[in-house]
Amino acid sequence: MIKRFINLEWKQYFRSSYWQKSIAINILMVFFALYFVAMFLGLGFGLLFILKKTFPEQDAFVVANGFLFFWIIGDLMMRFFLQKLPVMSVKPLLTLPIKRSTVVNYVLGKSAVSFFNFLPLFAIIPFSIMLIRDGYATSMVLTWMFTMIIIVLIINFLNFIIEAFSAEKELSFLPIIIVVGVLFGLDNFELLPMKSLIGNSLIGIANNPILILIPITVLLLCYGYNYKILKGKLFLDSSLKSKVTEVKVADLSWTKRFGDIAPFMQLDLKLIWRNKRTKSMAMLLVIGLLYGLFFYPQPMYRDMEFMFAFIGVFSTGFFLINFGQFIPAWDSGYYKMLMSQNIKYEQYLRSKFILMIMSVAILFILGIPYVYFGWKILIAHFAAAIYNIGVNSHVILYGGSFNRKKIDLDKKAAFNYQGTGAVQWLIGIPLMVLPMGLFGLTNWLVGFEAAVALLIVLGVTGIVLHKKLMKLITKKYLDSKYKMINAFSQDN
Amino acid sequence: MIHTKDLSKSYNGATVLNVEELSIPKGQSFGLVGNNGAGKTTYFSLLLDLIKPSTGNITNNSVVVDQSEDWKPFTSSFIDESFLIGYLTPEEYFYFIGDLRGQNKADIDTLTSKFEDFFNGEIIGKKKYLRDLSKGNQKKAGIVAALIGNPEVIILDEPFANLDPTTQIRLKQILKNLAEKQGVTVLVSSHDLMHVTDVCERIVVLEKGNVVKDLETNPTTLKELEAHFASGAMDSQEEE
Repeated sequence: MIKRFINLEWKQYFRSSYWQKSIAINILMVFFALYFVAMFLGLGFGLLFILKKTFPEQDAFVVANGFLFFWIIGDLMMRFFLQKLPVMSVKPLLTLPIKRSTVVNYVLGKSAVSFFNFLPLFAIIPFSIMLIRDGYATSMVLTWMFTMIIIVLIINFLNFIIEAFSAEKELSFLPIIIVVGVLFGLDNFELLPMKSLIGNSLIGIANNPILILIPITVLLLCYGYNYKILKGKLFLDSSLKSKVTEVKVADLSWTKRFGDIAPFMQLDLKLIWRNKRTKSMAMLLVIGLLYGLFFYPQPMYRDMEFMFAFIGVFSTGFFLINFGQFIPAWDSGYYKMLMSQNIKYEQYLRSKFILMIMSVAILFILGIPYVYFGWKILIAHFAAAIYNIGVNSHVILYGGSFNRKKIDLDKKAAFNYQGTGAVQWLIGIPLMVLPMGLFGLTNWLVGFEAAVALLIVLGVTGIVLHKKLMKLITKKYLDSKYKMINAFSQDN
Repeated sequence: MIHTKDLSKSYNGATVLNVEELSIPKGQSFGLVGNNGAGKTTYFSLLLDLIKPSTGNITNNSVVVDQSEDWKPFTSSFIDESFLIGYLTPEEYFYFIGDLRGQNKADIDTLTSKFEDFFNGEIIGKKKYLRDLSKGNQKKAGIVAALIGNPEVIILDEPFANLDPTTQIRLKQILKNLAEKQGVTVLVSSHDLMHVTDVCERIVVLEKGNVVKDLETNPTTLKELEAHFASGAMDSQEEE
C-alpha cells in the first residue's frame, strides 16, 4: 500500500502543471536547500573549534548542550512558519478499501522524511565525528547523536500538534508565540532553568544510554497524539463541510466619487479584505512601512545616500509591488466572466491604478516620521513616492499583461509562490534597481539635489503621459486576452 | 440575430468544432444537445469571444464577435461557476453585474424580487459568500445574474444540471417566458433531452463538432432525439 501511495504522490508532483511550468522556482529552492546544507555542514565541523576558542575554560561539549534550548525553540518557530504537514488528497481514498490507520501512518511517516529533519543531521553528525576525534568516548557521543535525532523528530511532531491547535484560530500564530514565549520566559526569568535543564539531561542521557528510553517515550507520545488528531479528521464530512464565514459588510460608498470605476474599486477592496491571500498581503504592509527601520538606525547606512532611494521605493511602493505584480491574476478565478461582460478594460485597469497610487500616498504619509533620521531621507522618500506613482505603477501594470498564472485566493501569502513566474522576478529590475541606480549615479556625479530632481522629473513625466501609457497598456492586455483566459482556466 | 459562418476550431490539428452555417433568428429559443465532447461549450465560448476561432466567425446582431466588443451590452451568459465572484454575496454580485450593465440598485432589487420563488429563500439576505453556497444555489445566482440589464441574447450552458426538480420546472417557465413574451434570443445546451424539447423551439444536435440534426420542435421531436442517441448506443454495442 505504501508503495502505491508513493507512486501516487510521484505522479501528482511531476504531472502537476505547477512543476512543469516553474522550473525556475524549483531550481531556486534547490539552491536555497544546498545553501543551508553547506551552512549546517560548516557549523557541524567548525562548532568545536569555535566553542573552544570562545569558552576556553569550559568543556566544549557541555557548552554546546547549553545552547540546545535555543536551538529547540528556534527550530520550533521556524518549522511553524515553513513546514506544513504533508498534504495528501484523501477524499478519493476514503471510499476505497484502505484502512484509515494506513493513511494516517503514511502521512505522519512522510513528514519524518522532511528536509527539515535532514538538515540538522548535517550539523549533528559532523559535530559528533569531531567530538570523537577530539577524544570524547565514542559510545557516549553516539548515544548523544541518537538522542539528538530523536529530539529532531520530537520537534517535528510537536510542531504539527501546535499547528493543529492553531488551525482553527483567527490569530493562527498565537499558540506558537505562547509556547515559545513561556519556554523562553521560564528560562529568562530563572523560574525554571530550561537552558541547563535540557543541557544536563542530554549529558545525562549520553552518560547513561538506558535513559534514551525517555526521549523515545516522548516521541511515541507525540506521534500517538498526532495519530489521534489526524484520524479524527479523516472523515468525509470534515472535508466536505466547508467552513461558512459570516459576511463582513463595509460601507464603500465613498468610492462613488471615482465615477465609472467605482464598481471595480469596490470589487478590489472586497477582494483584498475577504480573501486569505490578499489579506495576509495587506498585513505585510506593516513590514513594508517599517522596512526603513532595519537600515536607518545604523549610522553606516545613513551615509549611503543611494540606499535612501531604494528604501523609499520599497517602503512607499510595498503595496504597489505586492498587489501590482499579480494583476490581473487576482481576478483569474472569474476572468472569463469579466471578459464576456460589458466592461471597459481601461476602467478595470484604472481602478487598480488608483488603488496603487493611493497606497503610495498613504505609505509615504505614514512614513513621514522617518524625518527623525534626517531630512534628506524624507526628501528622498518623497522623490521615490513620485517615481512610484509616475513610473513604477505603469511598469507594473504593463508587466501584468504577461501574467499567465492563476491564483487561488484562499491560500495564504507567506511563502506561497503560486502565481509567481519569470515576470515577477524580472519586473523587480526596472522597479527597484533602476531608480536606485539612477539615483546613486546622479548623486555620485552631480549631487543629492540633482538625484532627487531626476526621480521627481521621471515621475512627473509618467504622470503627464498617464493617458497615453494607459492606452498602450490596455492594448497589450487586449492582445493577450485569449492567452490569459486559457491560462487562468487551467488548474495549477 | 446570430449568424455563424464557416466556423471551425481546432487544437493542435484536431478539429473540435466545424459549423458551416447556422442562423438563429431573434426571439428564438435555441437548444444545443450532444454527447460529451460534441463541441457545445466550445461553440458558446466562441460566441462569447473567450477563445479565438480557427476559421470563420460569428456575427451577433451584425457585430463580428472577435473583432468588436459591441455585442457585449446586449449579450449575457452563464457558462460555469467560474462566472461567479466567490468572495461576494449574491446581492453584491447582482449589484456589481448591474453596475456593469447600467442598472442601479433599485432596478436590481425589482428584478431579484421577481425571482423569489426561483431562489426558494436560499439566496437573498443569507449573509453568505457565493463560494460558500451549494452548487445548485450558485447556479441559480449565476442564471439570474445573466438576466440582469434586459439582454437581447442569453447564453446558458447546461442550466438544468445540479438544479433540483422544482427549480428545473421554474427555470423552464422563466426561459419560455423570455423567448415568447419578451423576444429574447435564448441559447441553452443540455444533456437532458426532455428539458430542451420542453423549452426550445429549435434543437440542433452536435456530434464530434458537426451539426448532424436541426429540428423544429414538435410533439415527435423528443422521440426522434431519443431514437438518435439510442442508435448511437446501439451502434457501439454492436461494434463490441
